[in-house]
Amino acid sequence: MWILGPIGFTAPWVLLGLLALPILWLLLRAVPPAPIRRRFPGVALLLGLKDEEVEADRTPWWLLLLRMVAVAALILAFAGPVLNPRVERGGSSGPLLVLLDASWASAPDWSLRIGRVEQALDEAEADGRTVCILPATDLPTEGCTFLAPADWRPRLAGISPAPFEPDMEALSGVISVMPSAVETLWLSDGLARTGREDVLADLESLGPVSVFETPRDVMALGPLELTDTGISVPVLRADAGGDRDVVILAHGPDPAGVPRVLDRREVTFPGGETRVTVPFDLPPELRARVTRFEIEGQTSAGAKRLTDDSLKRREVGLVVVREGGEGLQLLSQLHYLRAALAGEADVIEGALPDLIMANPDVIVLADVAQLSGGEVADLLDWLNDGGMLLRFAGPNLAGSDVARDEDDPLMPVRLRAGGRTLGGAMSWGEPKRLRPFAETSPFYGLPVPEDVEINAQVMAQPDPELANRVIATLEDGTPLVTRKPVGQGQVVLFHVTANAEWSTLPLSGLFVEMLDRLAVTSRAAVLEVEDLAGQSLQPVRVMDGFGRLDEAAAMPPVAGEEFVTARASLATPPGLYQGRDSLRALNVMAADDTLAQMRWPNDVTLLGVEAGRERPLAPFLLTLALALLGADLLASLWLSGRLFGARALPILLCAMLIAPDAKAQELDDDFALRASSELALAYVETGDAALDRVSEAGLAGLSDVLTMRTSVEPAPPIGINLETDPLGFFPMLYWPVTASQPTPSAAAYTKLNAYLRTGGVILFDTRDADVAGFGAATPNGTKLQALAASLDIPALEQIPEDHVLNRAFYLLREFPGRHADGTLWVEAAPDSTRAEGMPFRNLNDNVTPVIIGGGDWASAWALDETGFPLLPVGRGLSGERQRELSYRFGVNLVIYVLTGNYKSDQVHVPALLDRLGQ
Amino acid sequence: MTQPSASAHKGPNHKGLRARAESLSAPLPPLQARAEQLARTLLMGGHGRRQSGMGDEFWQYRPAQAGDPGRAIDWRRSGRSDGHFVREKEWQAAQSVHLWVDLSASMGFSSDAKVPQKSDRAALLAMALSILLMKGGERVALASLGTPPRIGSLQIRRIAEGLAQSTDADYGAPDATLFLPNARAVFLSDFLGPIEAVEEAVAAASDRGISGMLYQILDPAEEAFPYRGRTVFTSMSGGIMHETLRASDLKTRYLERLAERKDRLSQIAHHAGWRFATHHTDHSDLTALLWLYEALEGPR
Repeated sequence: MWILGPIGFTAPWVLLGLLALPILWLLLRAVPPAPIRRRFPGVALLLGLKDEEVEADRTPWWLLLLRMVAVAALILAFAGPVLNPRVERGGSSGPLLVLLDASWASAPDWSLRIGRVEQALDEAEADGRTVCILPATDLPTEGCTFLAPADWRPRLAGISPAPFEPDMEALSGVISVMPSAVETLWLSDGLARTGREDVLADLESLGPVSVFETPRDVMALGPLELTDTGISVPVLRADAGGDRDVVILAHGPDPAGVPRVLDRREVTFPGGETRVTVPFDLPPELRARVTRFEIEGQTSAGAKRLTDDSLKRREVGLVVVREGGEGLQLLSQLHYLRAALAGEADVIEGALPDLIMANPDVIVLADVAQLSGGEVADLLDWLNDGGMLLRFAGPNLAGSDVARDEDDPLMPVRLRAGGRTLGGAMSWGEPKRLRPFAETSPFYGLPVPEDVEINAQVMAQPDPELANRVIATLEDGTPLVTRKPVGQGQVVLFHVTANAEWSTLPLSGLFVEMLDRLAVTSRAAVLEVEDLAGQSLQPVRVMDGFGRLDEAAAMPPVAGEEFVTARASLATPPGLYQGRDSLRALNVMAADDTLAQMRWPNDVTLLGVEAGRERPLAPFLLTLALALLGADLLASLWLSGRLFGARALPILLCAMLIAPDAKAQELDDDFALRASSELALAYVETGDAALDRVSEAGLAGLSDVLTMRTSVEPAPPIGINLETDPLGFFPMLYWPVTASQPTPSAAAYTKLNAYLRTGGVILFDTRDADVAGFGAATPNGTKLQALAASLDIPALEQIPEDHVLNRAFYLLREFPGRHADGTLWVEAAPDSTRAEGMPFRNLNDNVTPVIIGGGDWASAWALDETGFPLLPVGRGLSGERQRELSYRFGVNLVIYVLTGNYKSDQVHVPALLDRLGQ
Repeated sequence: MTQPSASAHKGPNHKGLRARAESLSAPLPPLQARAEQLARTLLMGGHGRRQSGMGDEFWQYRPAQAGDPGRAIDWRRSGRSDGHFVREKEWQAAQSVHLWVDLSASMGFSSDAKVPQKSDRAALLAMALSILLMKGGERVALASLGTPPRIGSLQIRRIAEGLAQSTDADYGAPDATLFLPNARAVFLSDFLGPIEAVEEAVAAASDRGISGMLYQILDPAEEAFPYRGRTVFTSMSGGIMHETLRASDLKTRYLERLAERKDRLSQIAHHAGWRFATHHTDHSDLTALLWLYEALEGPR
């Protein structure tokens, strides 16, 4: 190979042909263009006329140049040019180990890494070596197997970065059982990691090690911290180099529930710093909606930070009774509560019925004794759903008969009449202090200030249950705070007032801390073991290495104790976990984690990203030569005056065939007229010509059947290009799914969603006999999922027996197409009761926006020009029956699409008859 | 490529007689229809001789004179006054017109799809002129048929059939030997062939008192010679060939020769007391017909 800059030639001797170009130039110049034969009656007058100059018209210089360039391109092409020729390395022959860190840090440039692996496979194939590809985060249990490079290629796509760090000890274990004399290519993610040196030493004992790293800076988000004004987000990076600007985004749903970027902050890493904190000043309402923070442009699990309930603030409802009376403000029952809750929780105030409607997390009843029966029932419902009722005693409660003789469902304990007063002028005792909290109490560990004195309280009736319900007592053992679970919620009673009248408790810091422990407020984002002890957390959504969230399908739950200390790993991937009463996030970076660059020893060969893969240029040059020769053909024809006329037509046609499909882009009136002057069934063009033909023939066949049997007489079907054609003219689109069809652009999806929201119906046909069961088992099923991901599709269900599709025209039980088992998925109907005396439910008029199945209906419907079926269906008579049923499905479908659910109105027939007096 | 379609019948093949006959008659009705339509735009009634004589049309009443036969008196007119009147009719003389239309291969040329072939234009003009003349009471004959001048729809049809014929020869030569004395003659051709034949024919005709016109029909390309580059020019049948390396150099000399040819034709016509004009196929057929008709009507 002869290398010239970035281009090498495999057959450089052919380049000598370039020397012949000047000779060719002279030859071409000397030969005149071929004569044109013309019929011309005036030739009689021409006879005897001599040419004045003997020399003919020369070929124009630009045509000569064109031909020269074409010939030069041919010569260059046959010389075998190669871009970025691979320089021969010292070929070694032993087995090659390709070790991938495959952690989240390698996700941003994963394709680059896989490209490097492919290159290594190419080289190994050329050298006849065996290869083992070993992702450190996904170690094979059976050890490393060395296979031929061709065996690895199909598996490459299955290797993906994990959302956690590799386990270096396990890696050492795998490497220790490896045969000797193994050369290693280590695709490192560039992060320093304990144990990496040991692995390196192990590998170097086996053979030479070369390390591949990309220059990309690894960045991650640290644990979120709540501040007074919002959230601060620590950003970490591995390379403490120069200044670097990053943008942090806060993602979350907007009030309409559409995911958006709620806020963005730009921050600059000062040179030499690896950590910078980004403050997000968010109002509480906005803060509660943030679902994750991420570094813009970094697609890795580390650069995303999920938020959980620890960031959400509780909503507390204060029941206001006779506020604004004559009392002083400081004597108000709610004053200290408001002061304690300010900034810690979202406080709403109002009458009890209004508060229950608002469904807050906590409702505070400060010295409210009597509740109406309806209010009690509502409160109980709310408590059963997990609410927390916080009650304070007071003169009203002490004077009332509430929970006097029997258990009140809204009181934790029964109360003795009157209560007691301590340390007053009329009493013997001193004011009482608090006893330190017991271990079983949620207040355990809170320091008890000396200056908290209780002057008066309501007393609990002795009761067998009482001991279980007390969570705070006075020195003499009388209950101060009692608690009772109600359903999923709880009732807590402070046996003193919420103001400073009966005690100094509300004046102390202890009051705030007690409220905090009761989860009235939520300030502590740090998870304690006790918080989750005894719970099991079920993964809801988990992240992959690229930071994408997916449903956690059938993952085992994690014990709460483990979860608190858990790091992201294979068993506990980062994601969202549902605890008993809260949603918890597990993120890649734990507290105190830092990022640092790996410093490799000097004896390790460090490989950077090379310019690119070897790329033969001959095809491009040959194409260029062909195009130039084509241009020469046209130019020659033009020069000789034959370009226009009957002869040139085939040439122009060929040129148009070669040219890309130049379909008119603009919405022309013809299309609109064709589509809207008569009803036309439409199908989505998939780009697969054979399939599109079947779709068209299928809809044409269905149109014929509709014309014969119903009053629907459609025009010939129309193929829709989703990118260019308007959809609004069509009541229904037939969309056959192929694995190869292109995914529509964003603009097309906007159009499709508008179409679905304004009453359009799309029939998706995966044509796979529904073996996928609406899943990803077939390529078409996978493609359907990809296609429908951006569509605004409601919840779906398998078609129920009483769906209108079953009886829009024919009474049908099944919907076969070319495949007999045509299970359909339609929009899920809301829960509703079965109408009385009717075999169907009482449902609203609503046409499902999508119908999904795999029956391959168009093939069953398709007729050829002569009106005979295009494709066979089933066998014999049963096959014909199946085809008939598929036609009936088509008829039902079109009638359903056109008339909506009016058949559901039959449910009203008895009522109408009744009203008519019949 | 631009052969008239009717030339497909050449060769004595009796088997395809019917097919050939059909292909032959196919162009007739359209040609006749077009010609009639063209003629109708010019039709202005019978051609009176502006004097009394034999004819169908009323000319004038005049007082009866001695010697007038009694049956010549128009009693209806006479009854309205005291004198006797005789009804006189206009003299309508029947004139014989001979048409010679060049049916040679060179007439089948057209330089552009939008321009009709010269033969097409010539046939159209000949038909329209025939129809016009017959409407005016004249008798018409087509020289190539060899029949005497006649009048009537049968003759029109016969002329149309005659016009659909064509010959293999590159250039046509007029033949005036069968023309009736003192008749009139119209020669429609491109006159690009040997000029001597034309000269002889005109001389022979004028010897017998025949007056008429030479009407040259040319394609615009023959007038402009818009060719460039290395070209081999062939006649329509391919018999004559001329190769040039630079067609553009020939343009001026060709145009000189063409002007020379027109001059010569004009002189021939002038000497014989005939008229000569040139028509281009991209011009209106109506003006051509008007000129022909006026020229026939004109000086007697």
